Amino acid sequence: MAQIVIKNLRKEFGAFTAVKSSSFTVEDGEFFMLLGPSGCGKTTTLRMIAGLELPTSGEIWIDGEEVAQKPASQRDIAFVFQMFALYPHLNVRRNISYPLVSQGMSKAAVAAKVAEVARILGIEHILDKGVSGLSGGDRQRVALGRAIVRNPKAFMMDEPLGALDAEFREHMAEELRALHDRMKATTVYVTHDQLEAMQMGDKIVVMNHGVIEQFGRPQEIYDKPATLFVAEFIGSPPMNFLRFEGRVRPGQDHVRLGEAELRVPRQHEEAGGELVFGVRPEHVTLDDHAAYRGRVVASEYLGTTQILTIDTAHGAIKARVPSSQVVKSGELTGLRFTPETVTLFEAQQGRALRSALHDEGGARG
Amino acid sequence: MSAYSVTAPSRRSKFFAGALVLLYTVITLLPLLWIISTGFKTGPDSIAYPPKVVFSPSLEGYVNLFTSRTRATNEQLAEMPPPANWVEEIVRRRNEVITGPSRFGERFMNSVIIGFGSTFLSIFLGTLAAYAFSRFRVPLKDDLMFFILSTRMMPPIAVAIPIFLMFRGLGLSDTHLGMILLYTGVNISLAVWLLKGFIDEIPREYEEAALIDGYTRFQAFRKVVLPQAATGIASTAIFCLIFAWNEYAFAVLLTSGNAQTAPPFIPTIIGVGGQDWPAVAAGATLFLLPVMVFTILLRKHLLRGITFGAVRK
Repeated sequence: MAQIVIKNLRKEFGAFTAVKSSSFTVEDGEFFMLLGPSGCGKTTTLRMIAGLELPTSGEIWIDGEEVAQKPASQRDIAFVFQMFALYPHLNVRRNISYPLVSQGMSKAAVAAKVAEVARILGIEHILDKGVSGLSGGDRQRVALGRAIVRNPKAFMMDEPLGALDAEFREHMAEELRALHDRMKATTVYVTHDQLEAMQMGDKIVVMNHGVIEQFGRPQEIYDKPATLFVAEFIGSPPMNFLRFEGRVRPGQDHVRLGEAELRVPRQHEEAGGELVFGVRPEHVTLDDHAAYRGRVVASEYLGTTQILTIDTAHGAIKARVPSSQVVKSGELTGLRFTPETVTLFEAQQGRALRSALHDEGGARG
Repeated sequence: MSAYSVTAPSRRSKFFAGALVLLYTVITLLPLLWIISTGFKTGPDSIAYPPKVVFSPSLEGYVNLFTSRTRATNEQLAEMPPPANWVEEIVRRRNEVITGPSRFGERFMNSVIIGFGSTFLSIFLGTLAAYAFSRFRVPLKDDLMFFILSTRMMPPIAVAIPIFLMFRGLGLSDTHLGMILLYTGVNISLAVWLLKGFIDEIPREYEEAALIDGYTRFQAFRKVVLPQAATGIASTAIFCLIFAWNEYAFAVLLTSGNAQTAPPFIPTIIGVGGQDWPAVAAGATLFLLPVMVFTILLRKHLLRGITFGAVRK
């Protein structure tokens, strides 16, 4: 297993730049998520690490070796495709043994290895079947089998659950995570599903337009979004944004939105002009005594909680409150925002301001 | 309860479709049947009016096809030893004696060599070119593809005179190599276009998986792409073979003594000893067989979608 270090990686397709100078490190044994909307460059990044695309510039270190311009076959990594890409003309056993055969391993050793992998994945009973008749889950397991059979330095997974039904996805995600915990294999996993990323990842890189927006543990990314994009992309419903004109100075711990004065974490830098007051829906509470007012326009029942849509002077926001709380549509109410969770952004560049919450502030990688 | 389905065809439409197919089959097969049966008729039966549908079969046509004969008088025949086998017997019945084998066997072999040779070469080059066009960033790809297609935009025979002169200059006239190159040249555009379509349909992920699994690009092509392109290769090969096999105009123009193929040869039978329709029909029947066998052998590949279900689209 291996550490993967990416330095200033860049990929251009003609005039289009798919990945703009990315740098990050995947620690040995880490389950690492590349997260972003489609077209953000996450798959291109993964394919460059795997050697299926060659970078325009930059370095890729796998296990202390610089491999950026080497072909995939020399990198000793495994790749799980979204489409599974099982060889349709081979049966399950031969699909799994294919990478071993290319290494010239003896027949007996191959058979033993395939049997071991089949046992780990629970697919012993389908080894002699053709791959076209398999269910989605079994195909996924065979694809995983083909990946783990070789003990590669690292696994690359390109939306491996994307082709499965929603129901089965959950189950496979758990299976995948359990497999990872057992093998302790460095894994780079591409997904556009923020829930999947939060649920499975040790670390997440959020990408947008070929740029790394933020890099950190799931909770860091959720609690301290570095940019407006991350704040909006992560979380469902996303973070609420109240846009206002104002000014903050270092040491300041409140901002004025209209008539109301709202507390925020102590600020560490100076900014002015159009600012954004960001707060997660679960940190919005209804309080008749609060100065900031809004009108409830809709509610969405979700079992234990409900999502309220509230019109304010600075735009509509969502609040996640207990279902037991009785709220009528059209009701005018006061709104309280948990002060220590608030992030202020500077609207022009969409960057979080440095504060007691955000020690580093928003920095694009 | 009778199952009523919106999408399954109704009995009436099934019947109608079946009748249409049957009609089409009869229309297509009737001339074929006529040729095959004429091959087994005697000379007088073949030109009888009204045409004979029921007749006593004879191998006269086939014997005539494979032999050269000369007329003999009754006196000459009487002096000869009795016929050695059934072939001689058939010939003598018509006051003829065999002087040697005809050139049909040789011409037929020429057709086999040139037809299959050019098919193999078209497929070999076509598959490599189609793969490159399908997978790599080839500069001016679209222009090149159009250029390749443009060679099909006029009937090949339109360039017969320049080709005739070129072949004469290069010493390719009336050679097997010349005909193989010519038919390959005509077929290659079709092969590249058809095969590119088939290879485009094969997801790249298969090769990428093979590359990751430690195979080289060429190994991935040979072990992963080729087996999956088998269906496309088979159907393309059939098209190429049918063209090369049936080609008449160039064969008449460019071949004579050495590399003449069967199509220009068969009609020449007509001139030998009267209009010998049974021999012509016998030649046509035998000529038909290889393409038919080839098509039937590859039919499995034509019909089987081997990639079905392996990839979710």
